Amino acid sequence: MSQTTIDPRSLRAPPRRPLRLSWSDERVRAIVWQILVVGIVGAIVWWLWSNTVHNLEVRRIATGFGFLGREAGLPIAENLIPYSPTDTYFRALLIGLLNTLKVAIVGIVLATIFGTLIGIARLSKNWLLSKIAGVYIEVIRDLPLLLQLLFWYAILQGLPGPRQALHPVGGVFLSNRGLKLPWIEWQDAHSYALLAFALGALFTWFYRRDAIRKRILDGKPRPVWPVALGCLLVLPVAIWAAAGAPWTVDWPELRGFNFRGGLNMSPEYFALLLGLTTYTAGFIAEIVRAGILAVPHGQWEAAQALGLRSGQVLKQVVLPQALRVIIPPMTSQYLNITKNSSLAVAIGYQDIVSIANTTLNQTGQAIEGIAIIMLVYLSISLSISLFMNWYNARIALVER
Amino acid sequence: MSDITLNASAKVAEAAPRSAPISQVGFVGWMRANLFSGWLSTAVTLLLAYLIVRWAIGFVDWAFINAVWSVPNNQTQACRDLRGTGACWAVITEKHRFILFGTYPYEEHWRPALCIALFVGLYIVSAMRRFWRKELALIWVGVLTLIGVLMWGGVLGLTYVPQERWGGLVITLILATFGLALAFPLAILVALGRRSKLPAIKALCVIYVELIRGVPLISLLFMASVMFPLFLPEGMNIDKLLRAQIAIILFAGAYLAEVVRGGLQSLSKGQYEAADALGLSYWQKTGFIILPQALRLVIPPLVNTFIGFFKDTSLVLIIGIFDLLTAGKTAIIEPAWQGFGIEVYLTVGAIYFIFCFAMSKYSQGLEAELNRHRAR
Repeated sequence: MSQTTIDPRSLRAPPRRPLRLSWSDERVRAIVWQILVVGIVGAIVWWLWSNTVHNLEVRRIATGFGFLGREAGLPIAENLIPYSPTDTYFRALLIGLLNTLKVAIVGIVLATIFGTLIGIARLSKNWLLSKIAGVYIEVIRDLPLLLQLLFWYAILQGLPGPRQALHPVGGVFLSNRGLKLPWIEWQDAHSYALLAFALGALFTWFYRRDAIRKRILDGKPRPVWPVALGCLLVLPVAIWAAAGAPWTVDWPELRGFNFRGGLNMSPEYFALLLGLTTYTAGFIAEIVRAGILAVPHGQWEAAQALGLRSGQVLKQVVLPQALRVIIPPMTSQYLNITKNSSLAVAIGYQDIVSIANTTLNQTGQAIEGIAIIMLVYLSISLSISLFMNWYNARIALVER
Repeated sequence: MSDITLNASAKVAEAAPRSAPISQVGFVGWMRANLFSGWLSTAVTLLLAYLIVRWAIGFVDWAFINAVWSVPNNQTQACRDLRGTGACWAVITEKHRFILFGTYPYEEHWRPALCIALFVGLYIVSAMRRFWRKELALIWVGVLTLIGVLMWGGVLGLTYVPQERWGGLVITLILATFGLALAFPLAILVALGRRSKLPAIKALCVIYVELIRGVPLISLLFMASVMFPLFLPEGMNIDKLLRAQIAIILFAGAYLAEVVRGGLQSLSKGQYEAADALGLSYWQKTGFIILPQALRLVIPPLVNTFIGFFKDTSLVLIIGIFDLLTAGKTAIIEPAWQGFGIEVYLTVGAIYFIFCFAMSKYSQGLEAELNRHRAR
């Protein structure tokens, strides 16, 4: 047998043994195990599925999403887009989804701000401040969220009626009908100014990226703030002023038995937002604290020794390292807020779960109703994770 | 130069060491360092102290001085007159049995009370490292069986109590304990499956974990309450509590699996390779080498997950199962007691807090103890 005919490249890979039909062959075992497990799981799923099909036939329940086009006839108190009970189930569910997003997005923003403040307070050198933050974190994290929601709702319901409403600052009323805030009357000019602001923000971001790139090439600093000021403040204000500078504040006032005008926050929404924000802030505070503590003290000292100002130390040295620790657990807190907003059903805020639940009770379409709830949350969870993973990859340590 | 003068006077008797100034040591020094270290810190301290004192006086007034502790036969007018100025603890005096035991027959209340004591005893025994042996599993099986016998009755001269009449704290403890006891083995299997090299098994585990973690627990509970009856063959029916329990097990399994997977991943590759080199089979390797180390690493996060699930059992309120929180909410449905939610929720909250706080302190202590070898 001549050795020269063998291709030398094939010698590098381990020799591939022929598949022996024996239990001592690892590959055979792997295939058998997989067939076994998949077979068992498949059999269970098939059994449940056939039961379901049979039960649906016996109970004469029609499957399918045809019911979405029927008239819903269920009243919804809070809607971001126009809705009346004569609209379809599809529109009702859409309103529910918007209500979920409304509480989740506002909750995420508020909980991040509030939680960061508490996390920093926990690290304060002031003993009293640090202890109070510690007690807050411990207590809020050891009580079920549902209990907290019911508690806040009970407090809001126990408030006096509109006539004796609490009136802490001018234009703000807190009563058992919810929270009333003054709001500006929205006109076209405001929309244009907002649009200009958004475009300006986009332009500033690109400009900043370009400035950093050029600075890396030639080392000359290019200040970003004049561009930012122009795009974010001067331009929107100029557009607003050019449109006649409309500025009418819509003050809430008592008319008869209830308030008119202003921005209205229903007791249900207010209780849910309050509960979600205070609860999640307790968790975010711990994450922020751990993130800041994770940056070794030597990093502060080294940065100061390089002559950086304290703002620069925080922005260029400490925060980038702390964020790397903070972002992954923060993502799961954002997901938690979104999923926890489903507890709204317990206090009567009409979110997607609440409306889908009513829908499935009215139509008997249990499977479709639950499928819609799950699909909605899966898509929201997936979008938040994708976004946060992208952000995390951007700020992650670049390793060689 | 000054050295010379010092040497010259070395023979003079040493002056007794002076104590540090009063402003630097002891209580005053501590206050200066921690409460009044600058004008900003002083302002914050004074403001917070003022708020705390004001709030504390208000709370003591409401909860103790102006409070009503009991009223004769549901005459709650005395409480209503106090609206906003004093607490009506009479609602607790009147309803505490209902909140703790639900609609369990009144003269049999000692049975759920004993069960609660057994649960607490079980937790305490499991928390002690001295008892972390194989026999602990036997103790669990024994105690849980005993609890089942006590709750159902029907044997040993105990009257039979159907499951629909159970309620209150004991339901919360049952859901949490059985849920975790059964979810834990499931979680270990799923975590191992997710790390497996076999693509089909890995895919199944990934789908299970990500699907469950992507949806809220409520949707699973709804599924358990409205869809399970459709899944089962005609005529076969399982009660609502068991259905909710299954949903909680499936939910907890996915979250615990991720915690266990974290432990598996943090083991060094050498441990796996060394076990392979010894010629151990997969299950020997996993059971004797990998799991004992991996689980030890994740005990603190596991306890934190337990706290989360203990709180999450309260969600069964939404599908109408009579746990502690539902019992509290139901206690104030009666017209005479409507509007006293704050008092009831504070009491129920205190019970939840005791359990969760104990677990949280235990987890912190354990973490410090387990990390001691690393600190050295």
